[in-house]
Amino acid sequence: MLEIVNLKAGYRGVPALQGVTLEVHKGEIVGIIGSNGAGKSTLIRAISGLIKPTEGTITFKGTRIDTLPSHEIVRLGIIQVPEGRHLFGKQTVEENLKLGAYLIKDEKKIKDNLEYVYSIFPILKERKKQRAETLSGGQQQMLAIGRGLMSNPELLIVDECSLGVAPIVVEEIFKILKTINSQGTTIMLVEQKVHEALELAHRAYVLQTGRVVMHGTGEELLKSELVQKAYLGI
Amino acid sequence: MFIQLVVSGLLLGCIYSLISMGLSLIWGVMGIVNFAHGAFVMLAMYAAYYGDQLLRIDPLLFTPVAIVLLFLLGVIVYQIIIQYVVDGPYVSRLLATFGLGFFLINMAQFLWSPNFRTIKESMVHGVWKIGTVMIELPKLASSLGSILVAALVFLFIRKTRTGQAIQAISADKMGAALMGINLKRIAAFSFGLGIACAGAAGSLLATFYYIFPDVASLFGLIALVAVALGGFGSVEGAFLGALILGLVETLGGYYVDPNWKYALMFLIYLGIVLVRPQGLLGRGKV
Ligand SMILES: Nc1ncnc2c1ncn2[C@@H]1O[C@H](COP(=O)(O)OP(=O)(O)O)[C@@H](O)[C@H]1O
Ligand SMILES: [Mg+2]
Repeated sequence: MLEIVNLKAGYRGVPALQGVTLEVHKGEIVGIIGSNGAGKSTLIRAISGLIKPTEGTITFKGTRIDTLPSHEIVRLGIIQVPEGRHLFGKQTVEENLKLGAYLIKDEKKIKDNLEYVYSIFPILKERKKQRAETLSGGQQQMLAIGRGLMSNPELLIVDECSLGVAPIVVEEIFKILKTINSQGTTIMLVEQKVHEALELAHRAYVLQTGRVVMHGTGEELLKSELVQKAYLGI
Repeated sequence: MFIQLVVSGLLLGCIYSLISMGLSLIWGVMGIVNFAHGAFVMLAMYAAYYGDQLLRIDPLLFTPVAIVLLFLLGVIVYQIIIQYVVDGPYVSRLLATFGLGFFLINMAQFLWSPNFRTIKESMVHGVWKIGTVMIELPKLASSLGSILVAALVFLFIRKTRTGQAIQAISADKMGAALMGINLKRIAAFSFGLGIACAGAAGSLLATFYYIFPDVASLFGLIALVAVALGGFGSVEGAFLGALILGLVETLGGYYVDPNWKYALMFLIYLGIVLVRPQGLLGRGKV
């Protein structure tokens, strides 16, 4: 579904990705793990068209997307729930969710999606008239994911959704991601919480200083010496 | 007398509010301080003037035409200038709008001479007397017109899908891009809308205000101070800031000295900026 070949990107000439190659198949949960500064967010910013790669290609369902602007990439069905959430703080919970369905014209579909999101995150329904900035960290993360789901994504990329969220809520969010995946949405899960991510992911890639240093199934990686040493402290 | 001045000040403030709202909107969406804002007010005043002279359309009724014309002009200016400087360094953004304003004022002087013009008699004229307070009806009509346009713009931003996108971009550009919002398209639209506010105000002002090229500097400055006073990025704040400026103008003009009223506005502005740099209703970031 998504193929990335030899991707290089950086900031003002300083490289952050030094040739990343990976692929995501339909129906998978693919983990991208690595420590802070490894280039995970840069990788998915490039996928979403927020930064332009200097080299390499990104192909989604047979279409080159590395030259497209962000809104075209969203239209193709790739939705990113960014690190730090990037909610619209002064707008209400419901307005945030509706903005998630910005490209959907069919009012009925928007309503259905809204009900769907409210059914998985009932707290958002309770808070729908509140400004997004008044929610707790965990609720904001749920809103960010809910907003991402509002456009029926084919590929949902979730960047560090555990950041600033209580462990018990993280567990809940991961469970929900698993459910969403079983209903047909492909997921890329970017995480520093390596153990939890690898338990959830079908396959995963380990990123270090802008390079893929290892990849395999979640189980394989959990057992690997590299992952155990570098990320699990075993 | 005091009540008279307050009434006059508020009437004036309503029109300033509309101008300032446009400036604030543009700043919110693209982070550009439009130093040419007053020039667009001025252009709309001339458009209304010629609408009156050549077509015999009263400036009040010309307002919708001015809105459409200035909206289109705003979109064009965005396409040929603004979009290329939006992501550039601060200085280039500043120079682009400052230069544009300068160019438009000089163009107006060249085309229409620096002389003052007025519209002889607008369809609404006369004075309304309530006790000792005199309300000049042309000013009242323009103020009510401004409030109407401002309310419509406000509703548009709050209630429509495009308005929601405008708010989203103002709050978080990256978040907005990830929703599939076409940033350039909404920015072009917002620039047009902001300029249309200036245009509506210009046409409404033309019913009673002197029309001359340099009026651009005056209104540009007033809008700038009003927006800074209210807080950059807060449309409500801009509204409030403009009302305060209207009051300062009339009260200060009377109690201090007419020649000092603008100096007074800036003094108050400086005072607030020193005490509350984010403005009265600002969000803290400038
Ligand atoms: N906006 C930015 N400007 C400049 N450098 C950046 C920016 N974002 C990230 N970087 C740099 O790029 C590298 C990769 O960062 P990032 O992709 O955010 O890593 P991760 O998401 O894995 O923590 C780091 O060295 C970081 O300092
Ligand atoms: Mg990151």
